[in-house]
Amino acid sequence: MAEVGRFLLRRLGLSVFVVLVVTLLVAWAIRLSGDPAMMLAEGAGSVTEQDLRNIRAALGLDRPFWAQYGGFVGGMLTGDMGRSFMGGLPVARMVGQALPLTVMLAFLSLGVSLLVSVPLGVTAAVRRGGWVDQVIRVVSLVGLSFPNFWLAIMLVLVFSIALGWLPPSGTEGGVGLVMPVATMAVILSATNVRLVRSAMLEVLGAQYVTVARSKGLRETVVLYKHALRNCAIPLITFIGLQFGGLIGGVVVVERVFNWPGMGSLAFDAVASRDYPVLQAVVTVLAGMIVAVNLLVDVVYGLVDPRVRGQ
Amino acid sequence: MRFRSFEFIVGAGLTGAMVLAVVLADVVFEAGAEAMDLAMRLAVPFRSWAHPLGTDPLGRDVLARVVSGGRVSLTVGVLSVLSAAVVGTGAGLVAGYYRGVWDTVLMRWADVQLALPFILVALTFAAILGTDMWKLILFMAVAQWVQYARVVRSATMVLRERDFVVSAVAVGVRDPVIIWRHILPNAAAPVLVLMTLNVATNILLESSLTFLGLGIDPMVPSWGGMLADGRTYLQTAWWVSVFPGLAIMLTVLGLNLLGDWLRDSTDPTTRSVS
Repeated sequence: MAEVGRFLLRRLGLSVFVVLVVTLLVAWAIRLSGDPAMMLAEGAGSVTEQDLRNIRAALGLDRPFWAQYGGFVGGMLTGDMGRSFMGGLPVARMVGQALPLTVMLAFLSLGVSLLVSVPLGVTAAVRRGGWVDQVIRVVSLVGLSFPNFWLAIMLVLVFSIALGWLPPSGTEGGVGLVMPVATMAVILSATNVRLVRSAMLEVLGAQYVTVARSKGLRETVVLYKHALRNCAIPLITFIGLQFGGLIGGVVVVERVFNWPGMGSLAFDAVASRDYPVLQAVVTVLAGMIVAVNLLVDVVYGLVDPRVRGQ
Repeated sequence: MRFRSFEFIVGAGLTGAMVLAVVLADVVFEAGAEAMDLAMRLAVPFRSWAHPLGTDPLGRDVLARVVSGGRVSLTVGVLSVLSAAVVGTGAGLVAGYYRGVWDTVLMRWADVQLALPFILVALTFAAILGTDMWKLILFMAVAQWVQYARVVRSATMVLRERDFVVSAVAVGVRDPVIIWRHILPNAAAPVLVLMTLNVATNILLESSLTFLGLGIDPMVPSWGGMLADGRTYLQTAWWVSVFPGLAIMLTVLGLNLLGDWLRDSTDPTTRSVS
């Protein structure tokens, strides 16, 4: 068990280190990108150098970088994310409103994509080399070949402008979710179909599948109960490792549909040099991505002893 | 190498056609991507030979702009991949051949870099780097070189123990010669596969960042930039948003097909599966 403990500890250490590196990079880069005091003073007409200094002092920007960064990390650890430079709202409240919208979008898309891609991937694996398989392979490759925001624009063009069925943006009711989720689900399915297919091909030749078939079990039972279960772990691993990409995709798609999630929050924060908001958004998202990766690694490591030693 | 496969024919055809269009652009489109035909603003596509894919609200030819945008996208894709591959391959060869402290440092750093959420870092860095093609290329290369380092390192570690390398060491061939003549050619296949697929990835990334206003200068015609513009007049001129996206799709599909074909024909372990 000591071996397992060391493995967990090393993974945990790496995860914390990665989050620290990300926050440090972001805190450093955003401070090079522009002065929020100038942004705040822009609307005020004539501004003196003294005014700018006063604003910076009020925002705490006159302190050295390490003091500012240390204060931010300390605040995050105690749950205090500070206040937005623009409007003075508590950052924790802004994140609290945006995060559920982003998480909902991400998980709904993933769920829809699995409902589509598991049956398709299994079918492609069973009919390997046949025309069904070829069609599924080519379609999934096409799905990997365009940017998600273009698909989003095309959906708006067809369903909002040409047909008038769905609103082009907004969060009212459930209808606002349809197009963002559809966009993400299509892009995710393109990858997931290929994953399911290759994972199924690995197990379909196994003896227990032959045994299950020769017992006279129905083919659906063989495929979904015996074969699919045995490739669940590699599948969960691959899907977990894509979580960063999923969040990245959501961030972009949110922008097209004016979805007020973490992506929109981050873009506005970059544009207005709102340091506390950007730092908080990036830390929370990076923390989530790293935590999911850690979870996947740990589960995989505990289940598959071959991974532990590496 | 099976050249008569679906993947190779379609992949090479699409990629070749796009490269040819980009190279020949200046000969075919004398007027260029910036010329405004004010009498022909918002021309509908497929109606005239002068503007086969229509014009935008400023009367600029959509086809000429799509081809011109292709030049930007292909340049960014190819140059970012080349620089990342050269640096990453070099680092991977040295780390895998000599091992030791540098190898450990390199691999730990690779772990960190591969775990960074790319889009979040890109978002922030784009704000300081500004919209400049060369900085975008540099940023992508810095973000991706570790992928090549990892692949080459693991290939080198295996090759180093092979008989032909061991005997070369035994007869006194110098290390640089061994690495260059015996190891690099045998580690090249996975690198080429990764490069092909990454040109596709980087074209998609570039268009996303430019669409968000964080990539290429909005004044330069590019696929992402055209889509960002076209979105504002989607109601009146669908073609301005449709064609740049189709161009991205066909180019990236071509490269993905080529990459898949290259992988399947060089790596015997995937041949049976796919």
